[in-house]
This record gives sequence, structure tokens and C-alpha cells, in this order.
Amino acid sequence: MALSQADVLAGIKEIVEEVAGIPAASIELDKNFTEDLEVDSLSMVEVVVECENRFGVKIPDEKVTELVTVGDAVNFIVGASN
Amino acid sequence: MSIKTRQGSESQILSVGSYRPKRLVPNSEIVDRIESSDEWIQQRTGIASRRFADESEQLLDMAVWAAEDALKKAHLSIADIDTVIVATITFPFQAPSAATALLQRLGHPKAAAFDINAACAGFCYGVSMAHDFIKAGTSKKVLVIGAEKITDFTDPSDRATAFIFADGAGAVVIAESQEAGIGPVEWGSDADSRDAILMNPSWIEVRNTETQLTKADVKWPNISQEGQKVFRWAVFSMSKAALKALDAAGLSVNDIDAFIPHQANIRIIETMAKEMDMPDSVIIADDIRVNGNTSAASIPLAMDALLESHPELHGKIALLIGYGAGLVYAGQVVKLPPKP
Repeated sequence: MALSQADVLAGIKEIVEEVAGIPAASIELDKNFTEDLEVDSLSMVEVVVECENRFGVKIPDEKVTELVTVGDAVNFIVGASN
Repeated sequence: MSIKTRQGSESQILSVGSYRPKRLVPNSEIVDRIESSDEWIQQRTGIASRRFADESEQLLDMAVWAAEDALKKAHLSIADIDTVIVATITFPFQAPSAATALLQRLGHPKAAAFDINAACAGFCYGVSMAHDFIKAGTSKKVLVIGAEKITDFTDPSDRATAFIFADGAGAVVIAESQEAGIGPVEWGSDADSRDAILMNPSWIEVRNTETQLTKADVKWPNISQEGQKVFRWAVFSMSKAALKALDAAGLSVNDIDAFIPHQANIRIIETMAKEMDMPDSVIIADDIRVNGNTSAASIPLAMDALLESHPELHGKIALLIGYGAGLVYAGQVVKLPPKP
């Protein structure tokens, strides 16, 4: 089932807040996971796995490094769900 | 004609012993070389210090001293042991084994003896084999040793590994018992990820480079690893494997007193515990903070440290899980050894 961008963004906000303790309000599409949100590489792995579980998509290891911003992750997940 | 077979019994861990190298190395001693910081290392791994062995503490020395400690605590001598299993990936001789060298050093060159290569899962592989040997009647008293001198195979300037790995040895004596003291093993591999942690190049390649007289270019088979890939596998696959090991023993996370996973990274340990819904009552080994990741030695070392800091855990139930290069894993429920 295709997911909407708004649904995925809302889900990622919850996951990043839960995993890395970053307030959901500060998480927007243009935020860089590493530089803006200070999500470190291991927390990023947790975020990715939680996204896979929640959205029912597969995010391969080699793809993770390409997910630089929250928008990258949202777009990848929306695309993968189609 | 039928072939007669043996029948054994259940098994239990009688004692655990350890040897930790004398030299404690805080993060401050290694950060300059890898352009890192104490804060960065602690945040990502929980490691504040580790132990590095020196020239007087070779892998075999450490294995022997850990074995002697375990034998003493079990009130046994090496002559009582019929089988020796050494789990290691850093014994610097292809053959014969570290296990036979250990027997020779301890003055009992008789027992069945061999090494196993299951990297950081090696100790749990050894415990499983010891249990099965005893259950089948093959062995009665088995010495299982995890020993590593990984600094011999670590590039001190490698930003991905230099701050993680450390040296040491731990040993257990496993013997016959009336009641089950070791549960069924849950083990397996993800061999498609063999490259995630590896020592490269091969000895053949090292030799060939030597003979080409370009010794300066010889690349020593130091350990390397893909941190994120290993983290993902370790946390999310290993928590499932650990739950299966509990289930195989007919127990749940609410029935155990201690969790002693391979000491790879405190973030892996804590996230695994979270994934498994581990109750707060379970005491979780965190030897990694002070002593680093000692590969096959980490679980017995962490077990010994936990029993020292929590003596009430003697005879209580613990869940062990080892995982590492291969990628391979093994986990089982054990009854911790009684007070020496």
C-alpha cells in the first residue's frame, strides 16, 4: 500500500524522538540527520530498522548512507511502498 | 553386530576464571592517533578504557593463567580434565593448536584438545560443544577457554577498530551434573556477511608480497569491520536469537537473573536488552566499559567480573549470547557457577 509523505514524516518524527531523544517539533524534511539533528551512525541504524518495521519496507545497508536528510528518508520510504 | 555407544549426563559450569592484562589503557592514550575523543568513544561504544597485553603476556600465557584460575576455583587439577577447547582467532600459529600448547604448559599432555574459530561467538560455541560432549558421554570434565591477543592483529591507527578491541582470557570448567546447568544452544550464521568483520589478507598473500621484496607494502591481516552493518545484525538479529535460546530452555526474560552477552559495544547490549523487553531485575554485564571488546574472551571475563561485583548471582540463571566474525552466533541459558 502506498504511503503518503505526511504519514511517513509523522512516523519518522516519532521514531527519531524515541530513538535519539530529539523533539519531534524540530524534525523537518530539510533537516540533515547528522549535522542538524545529531543522530549518530548507530542511532541511524536503529531509526532505519524501526522505519522498516513500521512502514513495511526494506532499507538496504548500502542505501542508509544515502539518506542524508529527513526528506531523503521520507522519499525513499514513500517510493519503496509503491 | 550392534555398536555399543556411551551415554552421558547433564552438565554445569563448575567455575569461571580469568586473566586480564596488567596495563589499563584509557581513551586518552589512544585518541590522538585516531583523531577521536574520549567523549566520542564513550558515546558510541561505552568504552572508557581497555587492557592491552605486553610482551610478557602472550596469548598462551593468558590462556594458561585463566585456566589455572578456573581449575583452582573448581578445586580441580589439570589431570582431572579430559577435554580442552580453546576459542581464539589470534593464536599466531596455524598448527599445532593453542589447546595442546596449554596442556603441555600445564603438565598434562593427555587430554583431547583443539581450538575453534568462531570469533566473538567462540566461547558460546565451546560451551555448547562441552555440554554435548558430556551429554553424549564423550567427556566428563571440559575446560573451555576464550583467549585473545587482538592487539597483535589490530591497526592502532584504524579509526574503526583501534578503540574497540582488547586483550584477555577467560575460562570455565564444565562437568557432569544431575540437573541441567546448560540449556540447548541456539546457533547459526549469516555467512553472506562474511566480509562484515574480517582479517585480511590471507597468509599466502602476505608470503607472496614478502617474496617480491616489497616488505614495506606487506599488509598484515589486521581486523576490520563495517560498524553499522554489524550493529544492525547484532542488535536486531541477536535479540531474536537470544529469545530463541531462552525459549529452547523453557524460560522467558522474566526467569533470568543475569544477561551476559558478548561485550562488543554497550549500545548493542542496551538496545538488545530493550528489544528483548528485559525487566529491570535482570543484571546486565557491562565489562566492556572498563575492559573493551576481547572477542572470544569477553563472555567468561564478563561472567567472572559480574560474579565478583554481584556474588548473589552464584548459582543463578544467566543468558549468554556470543556473535561475531562469520557472521556467526551462539547463545544458551546457563546456571552460573557456585561460590568457589
